[in-house]
Amino acid sequence: MTAMLGTSSLLSIEALTGGVFLLTALGTVAARQLLACFRLFVLQSFLLSVSAALLGVALHSPHLLAVAAITLATKTMLIPWLLRRTVHDEVYRIREIDQVLNIPSSLLLALALTGAAYVFTDSLGAVGVPAYSFVNLPIGIATLLLGAFTLTVRREAVAQLLALLVAENGVFFAGITIVPDLPAIAELAAAVDIPVYTLVIGLLTRRIHSEIGTTMVGRLVALKEE
Amino acid sequence: MLPHIGYNLLQVAVVIGFAPLLEGILSRLKEIVQSKCGPSVFQPYRDLAKLLCKDEIVSRESSWLFRAAPYVAFTAPIFVTLLIPVLTGYPLFFAFMGDMLGAGFILALGGFFVALAAVDTANPYGPMGASRTRMVGFLTEPVFLIVFMTISLVAGSTIPYVVQKEWVISPAAFFAPWHVLLLLAFLLLILAEDGRLPVDSVSGHFELAMIEKSKSLEYSGRGAALMKWAGAMKLFVLMVVFLNVLVTPWGLAVSTAPVEVLLAVPYVLFKMLLFLLVLVAIESSLAKLRLFRISEFTGAAFVIAVVAMVSRLFAA
Repeated sequence: MTAMLGTSSLLSIEALTGGVFLLTALGTVAARQLLACFRLFVLQSFLLSVSAALLGVALHSPHLLAVAAITLATKTMLIPWLLRRTVHDEVYRIREIDQVLNIPSSLLLALALTGAAYVFTDSLGAVGVPAYSFVNLPIGIATLLLGAFTLTVRREAVAQLLALLVAENGVFFAGITIVPDLPAIAELAAAVDIPVYTLVIGLLTRRIHSEIGTTMVGRLVALKEE
Repeated sequence: MLPHIGYNLLQVAVVIGFAPLLEGILSRLKEIVQSKCGPSVFQPYRDLAKLLCKDEIVSRESSWLFRAAPYVAFTAPIFVTLLIPVLTGYPLFFAFMGDMLGAGFILALGGFFVALAAVDTANPYGPMGASRTRMVGFLTEPVFLIVFMTISLVAGSTIPYVVQKEWVISPAAFFAPWHVLLLLAFLLLILAEDGRLPVDSVSGHFELAMIEKSKSLEYSGRGAALMKWAGAMKLFVLMVVFLNVLVTPWGLAVSTAPVEVLLAVPYVLFKMLLFLLVLVAIESSLAKLRLFRISEFTGAAFVIAVVAMVSRLFAA
């Protein structure tokens, strides 16, 4: 397969994947609609698994191919299914996610974070698999920062969970090029963890929604005593 | 030398001739998406012919600006056509007269005159549309500049022909992350600059909500025809820059053989047809943004363009 495609074209597709991956991360910061955030996350997870598969082919690493398969199974199928099942449909109809900052300012901060990610990784130099980590490392770090930032500014439980998952995607996107021989068992462990906490948060959100009719957890600041 | 001038003129003829056709196809496609039959794709030609035959009525209170603006708006895209690769992959006679920034300035000059003319008539909707267009304009201009700066970082030039060569020659540059980001930023710019749906509704008839269209409400007869034609040509020219320089720089004529240059015409039109499908999908699936949400739209384009530049700056 490597002979058929050639390393340079593999790298080209990888770079393209990286570009779209970064776009989806920026998209989660900018999207106002919850469903759009959700779809962006699924697309991003798919791109993560494509990236892992490409790297696996390039390095002849069965570990990475396994990582790609596990990512594809959990993040593009299991987690979206769980989220759709556990969280009430009404939540997905939210067209304006409540935010602490308005979208233009949060986009400008996102820009600063992305710039910072590039500056930091530039000083790291060549690590892991050089040609690939030049693409994946800054984009992965940027996605991690953007996810964490989105997690901070959103007041909606499901949007926060999606932001957390995006940050997690970023870690893996950078990770697969720094430690390409990352044992598939680590990914498998994560693949068990993440659906579990998605399930827990999803069920919790459902409970909150049925109790108080909203999932704006940012507004839940005081304890209510019965 | 002589064939180069000839091909340059042929490019102009293609832009003038096929711009209304593309507009017809676009509106037909949109109607089909809305489960309607829609007018013939040649309807814009009939409209233009009808308007050109009609008398023109000009307000007594208006100045020369009002009469001059349609001609300026009509010639601006023609001058831009001389600078950009419509049919050939090699630079033609006027190719080095100006770069992409120059082309942007020429289009902006046309827009400036149209805005002045809209204010000139003192029609209540004209100045409103003009000021809104200025608002969208100054929100998109920084994005244009950043996009052009990034392009010049990548290709070492902003002459459209040189940039086009850069993407054709090196596939690594073509698939680079910043290229994807640039494409999206430029697509958002086309939507904003041409008054397409998330920013402005082209087919809307509600004057209070108009941005682009209210500026030409006062025109009749030949003036209206020229304004309509100018709008179609502007979209055509923007699409040429987007498709032939940035997205699909292939398929242009590489030799001076007339057959090859003529064959490039259907090929370029085919590419545009595909782009129109994308445009129809965008326009049919998005709702118009509220006026003060436009800054979010252009802000997103700006952030994407700057991220493209940052990722290019730190590329190994």
